[in-house]
Amino acid sequence: MQISIEGLAARHPAAAAGSTPALKPLTLAIQAGEQIAVIGPSGAGKTTLLHALACALKPAAGRLQLDGIDPWSLSVARLQKLRGRLFLAPQTPPLPPRQRVITSVLAARLPQQSLLASLRSLFYPTHIAEAEAALARFDLAGKLWDRVDRLSGGERQRVGLARALVSSARLWLVDEPLSSLDPSRVELAIDALTQSARDCGATLITTLHQVDVATRFPRVIGLRDGELQFDLPSHEVSRERLGALYAQHEHELLGAPPPGEDEPGGKQPAAMYCR
Amino acid sequence: MNSPASTTFTPPQLRDPAWISRLFWICAALVLLAPALFLTEFRPWTLFEPAALKSTQRFLGDFFPPKIEAEFLLLVARECWRTVAIATAGMALALLLAIPLTLISTSALSVSALPGRMHALPFIVRQGVRWLLILLRSVPELVWALVFVRVVGLGPTAGVLAIALTYGGMLGKVYGEILESDESHATNTLLRNGAGRLQAFFYGLLPQSAAELTSYTVYRWECAIRSSAVLGFVGAGGLGQQMDNSMKMFQGGEVATMLIVFMLLVGLADYASAWLRKVLA
Amino acid sequence: MSSPNKAPALAANETYRLPPKIFDARCAACWFMLGLALLTAASFLTLDLQWTKFLSLDAAQKMGKFLGELLSPATNPAFLQKLARASLETIAMSALGTLLAAMAGLALALPASRTHAGDPARWRAVTRLVLNGLRSIPELVWAALLIISAGLGPFAGTLALAFHTTGVLGRLFAEAIENAPPGPAFALRVQGTPAGRVFLYSTFVQVLPQLLSYTLYRWENNIRAAAVLGVVGGGGLGQMLAFHMGLFHMNETSSILIAMILLVALVDFASYISRRILQK
Repeated sequence: MQISIEGLAARHPAAAAGSTPALKPLTLAIQAGEQIAVIGPSGAGKTTLLHALACALKPAAGRLQLDGIDPWSLSVARLQKLRGRLFLAPQTPPLPPRQRVITSVLAARLPQQSLLASLRSLFYPTHIAEAEAALARFDLAGKLWDRVDRLSGGERQRVGLARALVSSARLWLVDEPLSSLDPSRVELAIDALTQSARDCGATLITTLHQVDVATRFPRVIGLRDGELQFDLPSHEVSRERLGALYAQHEHELLGAPPPGEDEPGGKQPAAMYCR
Repeated sequence: MNSPASTTFTPPQLRDPAWISRLFWICAALVLLAPALFLTEFRPWTLFEPAALKSTQRFLGDFFPPKIEAEFLLLVARECWRTVAIATAGMALALLLAIPLTLISTSALSVSALPGRMHALPFIVRQGVRWLLILLRSVPELVWALVFVRVVGLGPTAGVLAIALTYGGMLGKVYGEILESDESHATNTLLRNGAGRLQAFFYGLLPQSAAELTSYTVYRWECAIRSSAVLGFVGAGGLGQQMDNSMKMFQGGEVATMLIVFMLLVGLADYASAWLRKVLA
Repeated sequence: MSSPNKAPALAANETYRLPPKIFDARCAACWFMLGLALLTAASFLTLDLQWTKFLSLDAAQKMGKFLGELLSPATNPAFLQKLARASLETIAMSALGTLLAAMAGLALALPASRTHAGDPARWRAVTRLVLNGLRSIPELVWAALLIISAGLGPFAGTLALAFHTTGVLGRLFAEAIENAPPGPAFALRVQGTPAGRVFLYSTFVQVLPQLLSYTLYRWENNIRAAAVLGVVGGGGLGQMLAFHMGLFHMNETSSILIAMILLVALVDFASYISRRILQK
């Protein structure tokens, strides 16, 4: 999927209308099939950029075009259809506990399925082989029938990535895919991700906090405080540029993962009854 | 298992292993459902038979307009007050019953348990009182009301007594749980220093749990209002009795008015109790 | 009491060390206690409570006879068979009523919940009103109303339980759905998945344990409620109780009461066990 953004700014949905946007006006052009890493210290607006590209956030200013179409000019139904061709993998793997891995993976197919087919698939999973193949890429084939909450954090994150393969998306937006993987798995996961995207012919945009991994991508974008710092082929990203990008955030440059978003602990107030 | 090169390759299992058990549970549910449908004479189509439909229609047709004559409204207002009064009086008696029983039954005030195990006699007394409380609350208030209507005749007395007994049991049990779940350090220290049980209660136990106790009591009062309205259906006075009469006479308009008033009353009690609990907290 | 500031050590407490006055015109707690006392007093005074009748020899005798007869429950096999059937009927009524209510409650909870910030939730207010209406009318009143359409018997009782419980469960379900962690649903929604499928594949699994525990809890309540619904003609043990008590068949009444208490105890035990299992 080909992307072009012109002067795109975006702010968090909860932020007030007049506040400084988390992503300041930004102009970029991305060709179909490109693979890009977005790096920058925490609070740089990486996630906001991904959300804006995924049409999850309405831009506060500027223009977004996906394959030459402005998604926000489409009708609601057509926008939904377009969203079916985008895939956003949040940093915290969006897997409901107690669900089985197979169901979680197949959930990515939902936009293409009729309601009836998806009900049937809850009853007895359809497309088992496809899910199995996707998981196998991330070395998880044996976990097909396990429950999500029995997996480790890293396994869960890889299941979240395997979802991308099952969806028929043309644009993959992956937020911190390596944040809870142990170091030995990082190479494998990133190779699987880039190779899969190439095989599916999808455009891949990944935010990363591991700078060394980012250089494995052909193109690297540096963001800081919501502003574009550089947009270069990876071999031109020098130590000095990285140093400037991460000034005052050096510990992150050394590989300390940024804190993940907290899951709200679903503790409910006790309800009282008359008995 | 995750080192594919070294271990023997196991073919992935492409059949849902949970399938059989899922099928079994669905069948089991259906097998259980069938007798339930039979026992409850579950025949929804009878609702749409002409005779049933006609009586429903006539009754519902009468619902509108609700009866709002001044005289009738006055009667409803009086019955409303009686409903609240039955609940309040019942709660007052329930408290008279529950407080002493709680004080007897709670192990937090046990002197003999201070050094270790409780002695036999106090243990037996406490367990006896607990069983009494369980018995009191496991008989539904409606059944108590039926009993007392036989003994003292129709009217609010039966309602008050029914609420007093059931709610006495409930309050006693929950008060006991609240007192025992609290930190026992202060109370035990007082008891060890030679304070009496009641003194220890007032100086150690009560200040700790007063908020929780009152909040629960207020909540129970709200529940008592709901049940006192229902008790009227067996002749224990209040809004329910009036509603029962109107239903037996097929006076849809009167029933509609009383239903609305009843919902308002319950809503008001709900609101008042929520407010009170917030203020008291 | 005027207190001379300059007279030291005469009074036991100096003025500023006196505790605050217990009764103060602005003291909210005092007004509250006063109001409570008035309410209670008014309640006792305005109700024509027949204490004399209750405390009379006659009532005591009646009560004594009553209790005496209760001590010898009827045990003839034919009656016990009827009793067993009525108990089963009570359980079936409560189970079916709860099941229907869980389904209807879930169906109503969906429009009654706002699942994400951008959700317009047009039907939220209306559905919540309906749920509140269903909930605020007790089962017994529903039974009395439904008997007109469904006739005497357990069917009316089942429906009555279902109506009231739908209101209760619907509201609880809606709250559970609104409080579910939003992550999984967001990931699906952003992919363009329609709302129904988002619910099926993410929110539903997340809230399922909660829905189950609420439903089980209500079932427990409904067994108690089903036991007395029969008093107005809604079938089950209550109908038998009303019948035999009306005819002063005290031995039978006693058996029915014992059955009721056993049933409730059984339910308490079962719910305790199932909760233990569910918590694992």
